[in-house]
Amino acid sequence: ASTFAIASITGASAYASLTDDAIAALTGGAEAGEGAITITAPEIAENGNTVPVAVDAPGAVAITLFADGNPTPGVATFKFGPLSASRSAATRIRLATTQNVVAVAKMEDGSFQMAKANVKVTIGGCGG
Amino acid sequence: GNWARLAAQQRLTQDQLLQFDTFGNVSLIHITDIHAQLKPIYFREPSVNIGVGGNKGAVPHVTGADFRKLYGIEDGSPSHYALSSGDFSALAQGYGKVGGMDRVATVVNAIRADRPDAILLDGGDTWHGSYTCHKTQGQDMVNVMNALQPDAMTFHWEFTLGSDRVTELVEGLPFAALGQNIFDAEWDEPTDLFPPYKMFERGGTKIAVIGQAFPYMPIANPRWMFPEFSFGIRDENMASMVEEVRAAGAECVVVLSHNGFDVDKKMASVVPGIDVILSGHTHDALPEAVTVGDTIIVASGSNGKFVSRVDLDIRDGRMMGYRTKLIPIFSDVITPDAEMSSLIDAQRAPYAAELSEVIGQTDSLLYRRGNFNGTWDDLICDALLSEREAEIALSPGVRWGPSLIPGQDITREDIFNVTSMSYGEAYRSEMTGEFLKVVLEDVADNIFNPDPFYQQGGDMVRTGGLGYRIDVSKPQGERISNMTLLSTSEPIDPARAYVVAGWASVNEGTEGPQIWDVVENHIRKIGTVTVSENNSVDVVGV
Amino acid sequence: MASGVKPRVKVPKTAAAGETITIKTLISHKMESGQRKDSDGNPIPRSIINRFTTEFNGENVVDVALEPAISTNPYFQFDAVVPEAGEFKFTWYDDDGSVYEETKSIKIG
Ligand SMILES: [Mn+2]
Ligand SMILES: [Mn+2]
Repeated sequence: ASTFAIASITGASAYASLTDDAIAALTGGAEAGEGAITITAPEIAENGNTVPVAVDAPGAVAITLFADGNPTPGVATFKFGPLSASRSAATRIRLATTQNVVAVAKMEDGSFQMAKANVKVTIGGCGG
Repeated sequence: GNWARLAAQQRLTQDQLLQFDTFGNVSLIHITDIHAQLKPIYFREPSVNIGVGGNKGAVPHVTGADFRKLYGIEDGSPSHYALSSGDFSALAQGYGKVGGMDRVATVVNAIRADRPDAILLDGGDTWHGSYTCHKTQGQDMVNVMNALQPDAMTFHWEFTLGSDRVTELVEGLPFAALGQNIFDAEWDEPTDLFPPYKMFERGGTKIAVIGQAFPYMPIANPRWMFPEFSFGIRDENMASMVEEVRAAGAECVVVLSHNGFDVDKKMASVVPGIDVILSGHTHDALPEAVTVGDTIIVASGSNGKFVSRVDLDIRDGRMMGYRTKLIPIFSDVITPDAEMSSLIDAQRAPYAAELSEVIGQTDSLLYRRGNFNGTWDDLICDALLSEREAEIALSPGVRWGPSLIPGQDITREDIFNVTSMSYGEAYRSEMTGEFLKVVLEDVADNIFNPDPFYQQGGDMVRTGGLGYRIDVSKPQGERISNMTLLSTSEPIDPARAYVVAGWASVNEGTEGPQIWDVVENHIRKIGTVTVSENNSVDVVGV
Repeated sequence: MASGVKPRVKVPKTAAAGETITIKTLISHKMESGQRKDSDGNPIPRSIINRFTTEFNGENVVDVALEPAISTNPYFQFDAVVPEAGEFKFTWYDDDGSVYEETKSIKIG
């Protein structure tokens, strides 16, 4: 244990309801299913300022990413065009604190799919 | 009691230490976490090493008398002294120092005499941890290890030399620098510098050695020193690498790992097809391999104190059996290899005067290992409180650093052995009580999160001037309570700012004198060190 | 135009007709979130890449809307079909009105 960066970090997602609101606005209140979308993110961020996140939702026309612990939950929306070979994409995002990254996919039939991944943003480290 | 030195040493011979009934067709030799300890040292194993979740009560989270009972080790025996805590100072008088890379060379050569094509693997944390390593930026260790001729190595503290120096040293290595989880940070792609694995043809079979560097390098150490690289556990990539080497004809898959023991256990359970994990980073010394499914995990200690020999019977495309031995390097029993001795002396010669300067003496056993405190860090915290005029001191819970026994001189070399690093500045800053709690909670979760993939493999940050209670069974945010400023016995006020001194900050631009100078100045003033019992951390929920 | 903005992309030089390829893109950009303050305590105005698109021979591959939570030096990875020889066109749109473009041609072989 050593060696912490001086930063203010808490574990609570004080802004999670903002994400709920944003998802409701996106889906028009429709219930989002699970299982047809996967989100891949590290358990612990090496750097909260650049956290790799990948999403994959076969059959999606668009995928929106949210970070439910950031003061503003929106992250990005991917729209897949005719020459997109898969419904997957990867990017790097900023996470202010430990929180969930939420991916919501709009499917070809107009339904929605959702997945979450918790990413820990830590200030400390240990040296063995 | 004073275990009779003569009796102890008469009981022990080099032949006994090396005795091994050669088995199967392949031998692996594992050494890890040397932390630049070229010369014999004392090293006390921890008395407190708490396991949580599924690892509660499992090795390596068994210490002292419980450890001896578990493995049938006789009190006062060489194995007691080498492998467990308890009666350390007295046993150290009897059995003497451990380690020394010239003794390690003798052991490696003896195994090679028995099995000429044995594979020697270095688990990393090699180019860090001493005065000469610091002054030569790792060159002394590279020179010595090159003479020992390992077949492959993986990495952790090496990266704190900075990207440029690591690259320079790795490019010159005559052996493989492995890390399936070392990626180029910019494009998130494997690097040319650190291949994922190497195939060996030995004993009539093909063996793949996959490297696994420390996954949490950019969190536990200053990422600004190696921004070009990204790490992580990358267990899915590990699984692909296992498939790839199997497809290429590997009949045996060995992972040379710097994950730490509990992370390795979980990795063995989620990645199929690994035969052997040679485990490093958490510095555990286990006399027997631990099995997880069909995978065996071997933990070989630290600071040059042990060498593991692992014999494997590889036939018909699989591992049919194994035999392991954790060989303790008793420095007075194992004859040093003369060539290696002179090579080591040559590395040290330019610094002989600085190394040997006596700064003070100790009346107390000075050790580091333990989840919450060790007497070395008590001393370092005292030095920070006094030299930096602080109310609270923080010292990182690193696991490296040898011990000193009562009556020993404290030399400059000894101080560097427990402090040396490339970011040793001793900062002095103000922190609120609330922030101090966040720090303790955050570090505690790196150790006591029940999911091993969240554990970074160090010990708790050591505190000076600050007491607290910790419930290791609780989640993050609820473990730490009863924080107390020891100087006034008053509860820590979340809103008040406290003057805190510490060292080894991961922040770029941290300012302050080097910690070894702070400690040296403190010891010079007090002359003889006596560390009193530390009861400032109340541990519950074990 | 923001200074020091430099797009980079990784696209294979050749592909089989109809093959799926993976594309990686980076653009050096500080992605000023609009939530930070300067040393005098004045808010630093938002200045980010807000949209990124990829087309192949004029047909869309991906169209990404970016918020300030995208990291400095925005990075994207995605898969494209290559139906024929031609040119990928990558376009980044800056808050300040600047548009940055990069093209990569790919052969069928
Ligand atoms: Mn180590
Ligand atoms: Mn380590």
